[in-house]
Amino acid sequence: MAVQSGIYHQTYESDMQLRPTTAQRVRLILAIAFVLLLPFVVSQNEVRIVNKVMIAAIGAIGLNILVGYTGQISLGQGAFLGVGAYACGLLMVYFQVPWGLALIAAAFITAFVGALFGLPSLRLKGLYLAVATLAAQQIVEWIIIRWDPIDGTIDGRATDALKIPSAFLFGNTAWRLNDNENAFYYFVFVVLVVVVLGAVNLFRTHYGRAFIAIRDQDIAAEVMGVNLFYYKVLAFAISSFLVGLAGGLTTIHSTAISFERFTIEVSIAYLAMIIVGGLGSISGAIYGAAFIEILPEILRSIGQTLVQNRIVSDQVFVTVLPFVQQGTFGVLIILMLIVEPEGIRKLWSNIKDYFRLWPFSY
Amino acid sequence: MNPDEILKFLRLTYTALSDGALLALIALALVLIYKATDVINFANGEFMLVGGYIGYQLLVWLQVIESPSVAVLLAVIGMVVATTLVGVLVERLVLRPLIGEPIISVIMVTIGLSNVMQAIVGLIWGKNPRPLPIDIIPRFSPFRIELEGARRPLNLLPDTLIILVIAFILVGGLLLFFSRSKHGIAMRATADDQQAAMSMGISIRFIFALTWSLAAIAAAVAGLIIAHVTNGVSGDIPGVGLRAFPVIILGGLDSIAGAIIGGFAIAFIETFASGYIDPGLKTVSPYLVLLIVLMIKPYGLFGQKRIERV
Repeated sequence: MAVQSGIYHQTYESDMQLRPTTAQRVRLILAIAFVLLLPFVVSQNEVRIVNKVMIAAIGAIGLNILVGYTGQISLGQGAFLGVGAYACGLLMVYFQVPWGLALIAAAFITAFVGALFGLPSLRLKGLYLAVATLAAQQIVEWIIIRWDPIDGTIDGRATDALKIPSAFLFGNTAWRLNDNENAFYYFVFVVLVVVVLGAVNLFRTHYGRAFIAIRDQDIAAEVMGVNLFYYKVLAFAISSFLVGLAGGLTTIHSTAISFERFTIEVSIAYLAMIIVGGLGSISGAIYGAAFIEILPEILRSIGQTLVQNRIVSDQVFVTVLPFVQQGTFGVLIILMLIVEPEGIRKLWSNIKDYFRLWPFSY
Repeated sequence: MNPDEILKFLRLTYTALSDGALLALIALALVLIYKATDVINFANGEFMLVGGYIGYQLLVWLQVIESPSVAVLLAVIGMVVATTLVGVLVERLVLRPLIGEPIISVIMVTIGLSNVMQAIVGLIWGKNPRPLPIDIIPRFSPFRIELEGARRPLNLLPDTLIILVIAFILVGGLLLFFSRSKHGIAMRATADDQQAAMSMGISIRFIFALTWSLAAIAAAVAGLIIAHVTNGVSGDIPGVGLRAFPVIILGGLDSIAGAIIGGFAIAFIETFASGYIDPGLKTVSPYLVLLIVLMIKPYGLFGQKRIERV
């Protein structure tokens, strides 16, 4: 990144600001105005997609804390999302816990489960750890499928799906979070802002710096006095806390949840988000979440346009679409890793630098 | 002992043996790539898928040949040639640009690759399972084992035995290749120390291409065997590939003996846990055992301990 000249901090307070320049603050205000007005401009379906992106962004930030900042590869993301989602749902269904409390409790429960599966990380590294977290994925998925109290009934029939009671924002029956996309939009946006601020500031504390030290070279970190065991488990716990929060939000955003939404494919999609977005960066996680969530929707709408113009038949559309979505996902991951391994965040800053330095971009 | 129990034990052992041979073959493909190139191939299941479908397509084209055994032989040869090309292409186009990147990038690129391969197979052949037009292994009538007092006799399919033999021949062939042939020794040298191997005049590029094509062939044979066992090719084949991950971690990522022993160990754990305790334990029991083993031996049973320097 090009070095900005002209910002001279004279107090520690100004040095510590996240947005030190006026231009950045103006941009932030514009962005907030844009976010507040968005639901009035776009359709309900588009708001629904944005909601999914924001949930995914929270989960991806969580995963990035673990993988991108602490360097512990996890293939168990889907399982931890499932733990959060089911913890939240079960608390609401069986114990009539208010949804807000259930959401927070779900995050803490997932943090605990995550820390438990993080215990092997002290001795396991790299690929061995990756497969150990795959074990977490398989075990949690198995429990969700097999354990009877987790199953619910829908319309009197017993299913693997759990029906979620209504959640009302501020007790207002008009603001039902399960399907009122606008209400959920503002709610999840506030949560996302809190998570982003928390995550950004985490890496300005000694905890965050310890995580980064472990990622860069764990033995060196230990020599410098970082307690490896404590910080690795803590990284798993903090990461899982956010992932559980995302899982709980998924529950509150749905009318029913089932295990299909927390499989190994979900783990892979989340890994793709942080890699495509940019490992070890909060903004990267958000870019990646947006990219991976929106991509299939774009392909779907392209397909639907083709069907409407009678270029392809409905039959072909239905059979081909999932494979095209999957193939595009794969091709983009491969291209991204080959062309720009540092992800969308890096591409974006390259573009910004190009225009800032134009026409003397060297 | 109850005769029914004895027959059940025999049946489970028989299943576990053939399953283990298959898993060992799949795990071998993974270990092969890991040893030579330090890549763990999450697209291994998809190599099996692609190999199986190529074999299926060749069988469909070749079924006009009078003698089924000639058709099967030609199809297998064709499949080996085609998968060799796939292996070389994948290595050249996808993995070579990522040499020197962190593990996570390499894992992710093979995951991306697996998605692409599944999509291609899906676009060409659709998602409905398709039966093989010719049996690649002749279907003999089952052996019958009867015991005094048993309610039902035990029927064992001889195909299983043939699969075991095929797997043994392939695994044995690969072992011989590593210990005796020039290229096999070059592969081991590359795995040991790439720079030293290069300075001895070994072409690393050729070795990498060779490794990927050998692994692709092993995976394709495994895919075709699964197609035979499950009565046809389908999109479920990669799921079997996923079962090989606990195998290689249990055995140790870089140990060929570990892959073989791990394959049989996991197959026995799966079969006996699901046969005696609960059928649902089949998918999860290997991972439970794996976690316990990893707590005690973090590099698997036979894996080489890595000594790190700061």
